[in-house]
Amino acid sequence: MENHSSVKIAAITRHSNQKAEFAFQKILLLSALAILILLVAIFLSLLFQSIDSLKIFGFSFVVRKTWDPVSGNFGALPFLVGTLWTSFLALLISLPFSLALAIFIGEYYKEGILHSVIKNVTDLLAGIPSIIYGFWALFVLVPIVRGFQMKFGIFPYGVGIFTASLILSVMIIPYSASISREVISLVPSDIKEAAFSLGATRQEVITKVVLPYARSGIGAGALLALGRALGETMAVTMVIGNSNLLPGSLFSPGNTMASVIANEFTEATGRLHVSSLIEVGLLLFLVTLVINIMGKYIIRKISVEA
Amino acid sequence: MTRRTSKLRITKDRGFKTLVICLSFLSMVPLLLILYYIIKNGLPALNWDFFKDLPRPVGEKGGGIANAIIGSCILVVIASQPSIILGIAAGIFLSDHKGSRVAYWVGLAVDVLQGTPSIIIGIIAYLWVVIPMGGFSALSGGIALGLMMLPMIIKATEETLNLIPASLKEASLALGVPYYRTILKVVLPAGVSGIMTGVLISIARVGGETAPLLFTAFGNAFMNWNATKPVNALPLLIYNYATSPYPEWHRVAWGASCVLVGLVFTLNIFVRIMTRRWKVTF
Repeated sequence: MENHSSVKIAAITRHSNQKAEFAFQKILLLSALAILILLVAIFLSLLFQSIDSLKIFGFSFVVRKTWDPVSGNFGALPFLVGTLWTSFLALLISLPFSLALAIFIGEYYKEGILHSVIKNVTDLLAGIPSIIYGFWALFVLVPIVRGFQMKFGIFPYGVGIFTASLILSVMIIPYSASISREVISLVPSDIKEAAFSLGATRQEVITKVVLPYARSGIGAGALLALGRALGETMAVTMVIGNSNLLPGSLFSPGNTMASVIANEFTEATGRLHVSSLIEVGLLLFLVTLVINIMGKYIIRKISVEA
Repeated sequence: MTRRTSKLRITKDRGFKTLVICLSFLSMVPLLLILYYIIKNGLPALNWDFFKDLPRPVGEKGGGIANAIIGSCILVVIASQPSIILGIAAGIFLSDHKGSRVAYWVGLAVDVLQGTPSIIIGIIAYLWVVIPMGGFSALSGGIALGLMMLPMIIKATEETLNLIPASLKEASLALGVPYYRTILKVVLPAGVSGIMTGVLISIARVGGETAPLLFTAFGNAFMNWNATKPVNALPLLIYNYATSPYPEWHRVAWGASCVLVGLVFTLNIFVRIMTRRWKVTF
């Protein structure tokens, strides 16, 4: 009798265990799928909300030069140009610094005090909120740039594409440096040792063995840093000058895709204006999506190979 | 000939090293400058009243940031609850189903979500929460920040669980412990320090975000405890005050920057110390 009931209990617990097991697996799967659904929903929301602007302007949206909320004429070219200029310039300025940092902590000082000082400082730089960068740039960097512009006889805006690129480059240095360092650490030591044993100097090993080997990874790091620069909002908004005209030179004020949304979204009047801003957002989303997928794909491929 | 070329090569080697060191230290300069200006301009603004007073209108002396500090806390609390639960669950799935097709696509989605510009997240929270609710609110701001925390927590969970040896899990399963109890009682406790680190880092990150709050939490000059009403947040206050033309407000903005950077750095350093102490080695 007693034996019988204990068997029954075991059966019941097994049954409830199975139920819990099943529910648990389902919950995990659903939460993972939720992320996928979330991303698709973000894309669809942006697409549907920009349908007004898509219908009226079509593909000419990206090549039209005027952005005039008063007359309801919207073209995104000034922001596309502004975004491309600031991000690529920032990438160009940051590249030597981030490469040097990666070589410094990945090759020259792999441990020790100097290593941890530089590494911790870069980590802290990466942790500073972008609003702080923007605030600092507005009150410190802008007057400095203005001073230079006065000296060289350029109209002294202070704010503009160039200032935005400067602060952007400071912001992306830690990011691309950390990716480059990881890629450099994946370079197999036997090929480095082979070069050393042939009598190569440190510099020759780095420039002729390590960097060529890590080339594609460093490129992917630069790509991911570019993706970050494209979407950076606050710091750029505060120092770019917020002009909706096509920027004439490196020093003229402009707007990026992110900064025009930040500036105008709450004050947008009329459906077309809101919808055009969301279309700018959609473009930005798609561009960063493509760049991120490409960058991550390259990095993943390298890590698997190594 | 060999002597001359080897001399040249050694000089080049030295020059290269000097260049790398110079450039590395040069890229530290911005951090020092930013800290210098924030401390120089921010510290004099700090006193007890600064933390407990509300902002004052232009022209009145003094005024503090109490509402912004409380607002930031409310936003972070709203953001973290759903994203911690969802994030850990999705992270467990990803680390347990490595190589499967679903995990591949979800992993890609996490990467894309992490790379999505914060201003886009702001638009989404505006479309999904602000419009249906009929106005700006702390809730919408919290959801925007939660969307940003989600991928960071998933990544942290996945990476932590990947480091836990499979033998631990197999031992538990071999004893007849069901899968869900194995995960909840064996795997998660072993990875709790790594997951906690991820959560704290993500809080430090979203606590400084401004762009997703511009058209969700919106900002508020008064104290607000109601999640359906707009709230102020530290980064929002800094943005609004820094771009205003009043020197008195700039002073408040420097003070608030000092507080924000202090909080972010403290959290980062705390995490670093804790991970060293909590580290479970296998």
